[in-house]
Amino acid sequence: MSVRDVISPLTAWKNLFRDPVTIVDPLNERPGAERYRGFHMNDMEKCIGCGTCETICQNGAIDMLPADGISAKQGDSGLRPRIDYGRCCWCALCVDVCMTGSLTMSNEYTWVEKDPEVFRFMPGVDKKDWDDAELGYQRLMEKQMIPAERVSMREIEPDTRIDSYCEIVEGYSVAEAKIEADRCVSCGLCVATCPTHMAIPEYIAAVRDGDYKQGIKLLYETNPFSEVCGRICTHLCETTCAARHEGDPIAIRWLKRHIIDQVPTEEILDIIGGPEPSTGKTIAIIGAGPAGLTTAFDLARKGHAVTVYEAKAAAGGMTRYGIPEYRLPYEALDRDVKVITSMGVKIEYNTRVGPGKDADISMQTLKNENDAVLLSVGMQLGRSTRIPGSDHKMVTKAVDLLHQITAGEQVDAPKSIVVIGGGNVAMDIARSMARLQLQQHGKINLTLTALEDIDHFLADAEEITESREEQVEILDARGPQSIEFDDEGNVTGLKTWKVLSIFDQEHRFAPMYDESDEMFHPGEMVIEAIGQMMDGSLLGDELTEALEWNRGRIQIDGSGRTSEQWLWSAGDCVKGPDVVTAVADGHRVATSIDNYINQQVKQL
Amino acid sequence: MYQPDRSQYPQKRVDGTLDIDLKSGKYLKLWQGPQHPGVTGNMSIELTVCGDEVVDAKTHVGYLHRGFEKLMERRTFMQVFPIVCRVCVPEPDFNEYCYAAAVEELAGIEIPESARWIRTLILEMGRINSYLMYLGGQAGAFGQGVIGQWTTYVRDLMLDRFEELTGARIYHMFILPGGVRGHLPEGFSGRMEETLREIESVMDDVEKVMFQNAVFKKRSIGVSVIDPALLDSYGITGPNARAAGVARDVRTEQPYLVYPELELEAVIGHDSDIFTRAEVRRRDLLMSIDLVRQILAKMPLEGAVMTKLPNVLHWKIPRGETFIRGECSRGEYGYYVVTDGSGYPRRVNVRGPSYTHSIALFERLIINANISDVAGTLVSLHTYPPEVER
Repeated sequence: MSVRDVISPLTAWKNLFRDPVTIVDPLNERPGAERYRGFHMNDMEKCIGCGTCETICQNGAIDMLPADGISAKQGDSGLRPRIDYGRCCWCALCVDVCMTGSLTMSNEYTWVEKDPEVFRFMPGVDKKDWDDAELGYQRLMEKQMIPAERVSMREIEPDTRIDSYCEIVEGYSVAEAKIEADRCVSCGLCVATCPTHMAIPEYIAAVRDGDYKQGIKLLYETNPFSEVCGRICTHLCETTCAARHEGDPIAIRWLKRHIIDQVPTEEILDIIGGPEPSTGKTIAIIGAGPAGLTTAFDLARKGHAVTVYEAKAAAGGMTRYGIPEYRLPYEALDRDVKVITSMGVKIEYNTRVGPGKDADISMQTLKNENDAVLLSVGMQLGRSTRIPGSDHKMVTKAVDLLHQITAGEQVDAPKSIVVIGGGNVAMDIARSMARLQLQQHGKINLTLTALEDIDHFLADAEEITESREEQVEILDARGPQSIEFDDEGNVTGLKTWKVLSIFDQEHRFAPMYDESDEMFHPGEMVIEAIGQMMDGSLLGDELTEALEWNRGRIQIDGSGRTSEQWLWSAGDCVKGPDVVTAVADGHRVATSIDNYINQQVKQL
Repeated sequence: MYQPDRSQYPQKRVDGTLDIDLKSGKYLKLWQGPQHPGVTGNMSIELTVCGDEVVDAKTHVGYLHRGFEKLMERRTFMQVFPIVCRVCVPEPDFNEYCYAAAVEELAGIEIPESARWIRTLILEMGRINSYLMYLGGQAGAFGQGVIGQWTTYVRDLMLDRFEELTGARIYHMFILPGGVRGHLPEGFSGRMEETLREIESVMDDVEKVMFQNAVFKKRSIGVSVIDPALLDSYGITGPNARAAGVARDVRTEQPYLVYPELELEAVIGHDSDIFTRAEVRRRDLLMSIDLVRQILAKMPLEGAVMTKLPNVLHWKIPRGETFIRGECSRGEYGYYVVTDGSGYPRRVNVRGPSYTHSIALFERLIINANISDVAGTLVSLHTYPPEVER
């Protein structure tokens, strides 16, 4: 203690002469820092209502609710986050995990209102002063909390696969599948998109947990064709996946295949349970394609006696006779069919239904002997371009050739081929013929021409990539005009014009060509792969007359029933063409038939 | 007759309990808190006084109990991150760091170099703020309100720096498992230097007006002396231990983050009284200012600040347990985290230094003290009640 200790504190008096440091607030504006986590903003253009913000919010401050003027559509739940500022702690995790980057924060932090209710608001929907703020927390880092990149799928290299029909896609290992399944945010947008509404987030969770039995149960609730759909589904689900906005969509299709790959087929029936006790009712199904067999599976499960009549030697319909083996091995399809038959479904192979003499059984017999009949014959006839020369024997339909290849018939591939069409069938036939060319001639010379430009091809993107890898020359926006011949009447190639537009203003098919841009594609064979249609000859004149029709397809009601009370129709011949749509159709029809039979039982 | 040696008072019975007869009229029960300017946060002290001498004290905590540790067990690993900071209001960043480091260790995650520097920077900035708050409280406990006004002013400048770096002033929510949320903003170092200079200037004033002050010295020198022999048995850490002459500082004993790359030395004192503890903290604050400067000079200005995490919505961490510790302004701060392979922490235990300091140590230290020294003593132990009641 010294004199200094008495005098020193007096230096505090110097502050008398300083200006006050206090800021006069709230009279003066005091903006928040650039990255201040202030009030929320939500970009309605980007938000898809996936609800990831709601899931991460540890305060339960976010609720996903319908908003005025926003309706649900493919890839958008139609819901928007409403934030309760009585609960929010401005941690910004919602911004960090937002799947589209729509949710951000302004640096605004003062908001004065009399009514406490308004502090529960929907950013972006309820207009606020700070909606256009440029500053504020906008996820300073790139997205780190949810992996954006898909686990790449191992495929056989083009050089190795081109001369074989081995399956190209190898499938995920357990470790790879877990990493891929981990990326899913379980928003469920995919469920709404999937025609058969598979429990996608749940079965992806089963992959994460390694619980494949649970996975199988979930798959078979909605789809008895998981081997098939796990390989060649058009995977509409992936086009609406929330993860696609800032990265790759989840490989939903491959994960489905992963589940089914992990469980031996023999164990599946034990896992999903066998059929219910027999009801004594009989149902006839014409056509053992995905729609017919799905209906058969559902009805057999409920205890009905189901017989499927199939004209060909094996089941699967177009999935067997249309899709090449390198995309869908026959063993995989056989496994799906095995589960279906072990459920009690009887399939009569090589049995043709129809009115003619070569038919084994008539529609009338089926009607008389069964409680219900389902027509699911698919679209077996290829459409023709009907351009000059298309009736030549070296101008063939893709479906016919694909059928011959599957059936093991000898198919001679000429040295040069032209394929017309830009869908998956066109790619299938092009790649199949390329393999045959390589086997028979040692080199590939195959041109594919399509009406659409490359950005609007109907085929899957990976089909296009893989076709190119396999040396198929793809030419887009080419309209076929005529088949050209040499003096001896042999096909020499195809003449095409440049396509300017495909549809008119009313969106009707009316292609416009630039005639000056003409090309000649040399080929000894021209394959048409521009679509298919139903072969209705089995119905017979009387039934064809009795049924109501709609633009060449049988008219059905919402449950798949035709105008004849005893006859239902499902699959490609009324909808599609697409496997998973056929499966969905099969379920719908099965429910309808089951309801009808139950009603009949009650009436008795 | 008043006996200068108070070690025999209050008298004890044969069985060791205090011989206090409340009906005798000699004693008075006195509650200090839960709202009292001498307590940082809410806790209360049930004093038994004889005249103006404290003969017994019992601390009561629980006014701030929000059950954080239990809340964490029902939240996913990422969802825990926004609530840990709330365990300690004046220096929240240690909770964020300890929790993040524990999760990273259990999940086997390495964080980028830049993130380690920024974490250290934030922890030191938080330490400065915590000490500034303490100095105001310590002076205030002895009636010197002006010191609190000055330190609050410069603390506010530091909060501005926090705001521009982290996006928030108090609960920064910036250090999260995997790294930190962002790099330093443009021109941050320059503005930080201005702030540090302002703090230094205020600290000069504080030294003249608080530490070279006859009143403060009279009230604090030789008061509430912690016997160095008590340190281990009472689990005393941080400045409370260092003021007793023991260089106990996790930053030097078991360096974490980037402390091995910084020049620092544990600040120690010898007299172990209120004045020495205040003095140790003042010098530690100045060292933190120096550390902030060192960090800003040495840290990398580019590079990732966050590592890629698995999907945090269902992040599962394998079975394990760990204890992560760090030196906060009050002593050793630790998080004991147990995981069981699920998506939720099985157990999170927050070990804040205030727990031992403000309850067991304080109850012992305050016996025979003057009532007017109770607040000063409690503040000198630098306790934050929210951290006691996790």
